[in-house]
Amino acid sequence: MNNSQSLNFIIGITALLVCVASTFISGRSQKFRHLRWPLVALSLLFLYNLIFKPTFFALEITDDGYLYGSLIDILNHSSKIALLATGMTLVIATGGVDISVGSIMAISGAVAATVIVSPYSSLILAVVLALLVSTFAGLWNGILVAACGIQPMVATLVLMVAGRGIAQLITDGTIITFHHPAFNAIGNGHLLGLPVPAWLAATIFLIALALTRTTSLGLFIETVGNNRTAARYAGIAARKIVWITYVFSGFCAGIAGLVVCSNIKCADANHAGLYLELDAILATVIGGTSMTGGRFYLSGSILGAILIQALSTVMYANDVNPAVIAVPKAILVIAVCLLQSDRFRSRIMALPVFRKFGGEPC
Amino acid sequence: MDILRTTGISKSFGEVQALKDVDFSLEAGEIHALMGENGAGKSTLVKIITGVYQPTNGSIWFDGADRRLNSPQEAEQIGISTVYQEVNLLPDLSVTENICLGREPRKFGFIDWKAAKERARKALAKLEVDIDVSANLASYSIAIQQLVAIARSLDVECKLLILDEPTSSLDENETHQLFQIMRHLRDQGLAIIFITHFLDQVYEVCDRITILRDGCKVGTFRACDLPRVEMVSKMIGKSKEEIDSMGHRAPSSSEQALGPVILKAENLESRGVVGPLNFELHAGSQVGLAGLLGSGRTETANLLFGIASYDAGHLEINGKVANKLTWNPRKAVKARLALIAEDRKLTGVIPDLTVRENIILALQASKGAMNQIPRRQQDQIAEEYIRRLDIKTPSPEQLLKNLSGGNQQKVLIARWLATKPELIILDEPTRGIDIGAKAEIEALTDDLCKAGMSVVFISSELEEIVRDCQRVVVLRDRRQVGELAGTDVTMKNILKMIAG
Repeated sequence: MNNSQSLNFIIGITALLVCVASTFISGRSQKFRHLRWPLVALSLLFLYNLIFKPTFFALEITDDGYLYGSLIDILNHSSKIALLATGMTLVIATGGVDISVGSIMAISGAVAATVIVSPYSSLILAVVLALLVSTFAGLWNGILVAACGIQPMVATLVLMVAGRGIAQLITDGTIITFHHPAFNAIGNGHLLGLPVPAWLAATIFLIALALTRTTSLGLFIETVGNNRTAARYAGIAARKIVWITYVFSGFCAGIAGLVVCSNIKCADANHAGLYLELDAILATVIGGTSMTGGRFYLSGSILGAILIQALSTVMYANDVNPAVIAVPKAILVIAVCLLQSDRFRSRIMALPVFRKFGGEPC
Repeated sequence: MDILRTTGISKSFGEVQALKDVDFSLEAGEIHALMGENGAGKSTLVKIITGVYQPTNGSIWFDGADRRLNSPQEAEQIGISTVYQEVNLLPDLSVTENICLGREPRKFGFIDWKAAKERARKALAKLEVDIDVSANLASYSIAIQQLVAIARSLDVECKLLILDEPTSSLDENETHQLFQIMRHLRDQGLAIIFITHFLDQVYEVCDRITILRDGCKVGTFRACDLPRVEMVSKMIGKSKEEIDSMGHRAPSSSEQALGPVILKAENLESRGVVGPLNFELHAGSQVGLAGLLGSGRTETANLLFGIASYDAGHLEINGKVANKLTWNPRKAVKARLALIAEDRKLTGVIPDLTVRENIILALQASKGAMNQIPRRQQDQIAEEYIRRLDIKTPSPEQLLKNLSGGNQQKVLIARWLATKPELIILDEPTRGIDIGAKAEIEALTDDLCKAGMSVVFISSELEEIVRDCQRVVVLRDRRQVGELAGTDVTMKNILKMIAG
C-alpha cells in the first residue's frame, strides 16, 4: 500500500466516522432527530466506497491551492440543490410547493448572461439584475398563491412552463456564451480551498436559519403550515408569511441560476436547472419536512441535497450507466422517506423479526 | 350476553399514559354510558375499540373472538361503527354518497346509483328521517348531518354503535328524537356506547355507566343504582360540597359599579349574517351572549374580533373606532382583544407545535415576527400558565396534539391570557369538556373579571350564563332581542326573551 492509498483510506475512515458519530448524536438529541436517517444512508454510501473503491476518497491540493476530489465534487454540485432546497423548505413548510424554481434559474442565468455580453458588462450589474428579476418571479408566485388563493402547485406551474419561454425571450432564442473571469468565478472559483458555490449555499443556509430562528418567522411559518385558520385567529398575517416564503424561494433560485450559468459559461434557457425543482423537493422531504406543511428542518434539507448528490457522484465513480442512475436514486429516496415516518418505523419494529431482538422503539 | 370485552387495555403516547389496565365489558341490547373528565381516557378507549389506535397492552374480545384491529375499516367490517362529535363526513358530497361511500352497490362494475339512493333512503327511514338524499350534505343542519352519520353506521351490519357526544350540537327536540332512535335500536339488540357531558341525558337513556378517571376504570354501575352526586364525585374525585362552592359568585357582585367602557357596538351589523347589535362592555364585568344554536352568537363574536367584517353601524374599542374596512384579527389582538373560538380544533390548536409555542403564539404575533420573545421568557410564560391553569402535560416541550381535549382547551386559554387582554370573548369555552374543568373555567373567568378584564361569555348552557354574568345580551334569529341586567338575569327571563 503506497502513501496516497493509505491517505485515501484515512480520509475515508474519517468521513465515515464523522457520519456515524453524527448519526448517533442526532439520534439522541431531540433537536436533530430528523437528521438521523439521511445520515445512516450517507454512512452506508461511504462504507461501500471504503470497501470497494477507496480512491473515491482521494483528495488533492492543486497548484492553485484548492482541494480537488470526489468529496469536493459532492459539495460543489450539491450546492445548487441546497440553494433551491433552502427556499423550497420554507415554501413547503407553509403547506405549499414551488415547482417553478428550475425555470427561475433559467431566467436568472439568461438575465445575467445578457448583461455580461452587453455593452454595460459588469459583474455587479449582472448579479443584481438577475437576482432582482428572480425575486420578482418569486413575488409573482407569492401573489398568485397568497393573494389570489390559487393552489401552489398550479400557481407555480404557470411560471414553470412560461419561465423557460421568458428566458428564451431574454436571450433571443440563442444560447449566449461568454467569457468573463469575474463572473465565471461564481460557479468555478475557490475560496479558502473550497468551491465558491458551496460557500454561497452555506451563506444562504445560515441567512435562512438566522431569519427563521432568531426571529419568529419560523414559528409563524410553521403555524401557518400546520393550521392556517388558527394562525389567522391568533393574529398572524398568514398571507404575508406565505408570500414571503415564495419571494425567498425565487431569490434562492436566482442564486442557483447564477451558479449554473457561470459554471457552464453560457445561458441555456432550455436546460439550465431542468428538473432541479424535483431534486429540491426530494432534498426537503428527505430532510424530514412534511409535504403537508408545519415543522421544517433547514439542516435536514441541506443534508438531503448532499445525500442526493453523493449518490449520483458515487454511481459515476463506480461507472454506473448514467441512464439508469435514476433507479437507485428512487430506491434511496423511498427508503429514507419511509424511515422518516414514525408510523412506518413502528410498524417495522412490530414485526416478529425485530421483536426477537428486543429492538427498542425508535 | 357480552358482545365486547376488553382486558387489561393500556395505551401510552410518548410519555403520556392515556389508559392503564382497563377492563370494560358491554352487553348486546344495552345503552352504556362512558363517563369521565378530560384526559380520563374515554376517547382513547373508544379509538382502541374502533381500531384507530392499537393498545400498548391488553386484548379485545368482540362477538365471539379475540380481535386485533389495525384500522377503523377492520372494525367496521366486524360490526363496530362510530359517530364522532365532529361529524366526519364529506360536506360536498350528496347524502347518498356519504351513506354508501366505500361500499357502493355495483352493477356491471359501475356504481348503481338507483340502488344506492334506495339504500340511503332506507337507512334514513330507520331513523324516521325523510330528506332529499341527492342534495349535498352541507345543505342540511348539523343535526341532520349527525343523523346521516348514524344512518351510515346502520347501513352496514352493525353490532356495536359508538356515539361520541352526538347531542352537543342538537336542540332539545332533536335530542329526544335521537334518544327514541337509540332505544329502538337497543331493543333490536344493538349495543350502544354513549359518550356525553350532559348528565341528564345519561340518566334518561342509559342502562349502565362506566366511569374512567386519569386513564383508569373507576367502575361500572347500573344507572338506577348510582345517584347523580355519587357519579359526579366518582368522575372528578371531589365531594359534592366542593363542586357547589366552585363557580358560584357572591350575589352582591352583580351590584358593583361598572368600570370604563371597553367596547361599544352601535347598530353593528353584517347584513344577512347578524345584527343590528347594540351593547357596551365594561371593564371588570362579565356579559353573557344567550340564544339558541344558530341565533348568531358565534357570528357576533367573529364580528367583534374582526374574523368577519361588518358593513353597517359602529364599533368602538377603548374609544377608538374600528374601521370596518380594515378591522381584522391582527388589529384586534393589538387592541388587546382575545377570542377563544368555539371550534378549537379548527381555529385554535396547532397540533405539531409544542405546548410552549402554542402558549406564546398570540403574544408573539402581537409583537411581530422581528421582535422575538427571548427563549427564557417564553419558558417562564409557558411554565406560569401551565401551573396557573393546571395543564396536564409532561413538559412544555410536548406537542400539543399529544394532550387531551380539555388540556388543549386550557392551552388555548393560556395563549390568550398571555397577551394580557382587556376584553376576552369565550365562545362555548365549556363545550365538550367535563364538569370539573367547566367549574375551573367558570372560576377562572370570575377571577379575570375581578382583575379588571371584560369578559364576553357565550354558552348554550343557560345555567352557566345565569350563574356567571351580570348582564346578558339575548339573541334570536341572528338579531339582538334584548338585554338583561342585575337581578333580572334569571333563567326564566332569558327563556322568555329567546322564545319571544
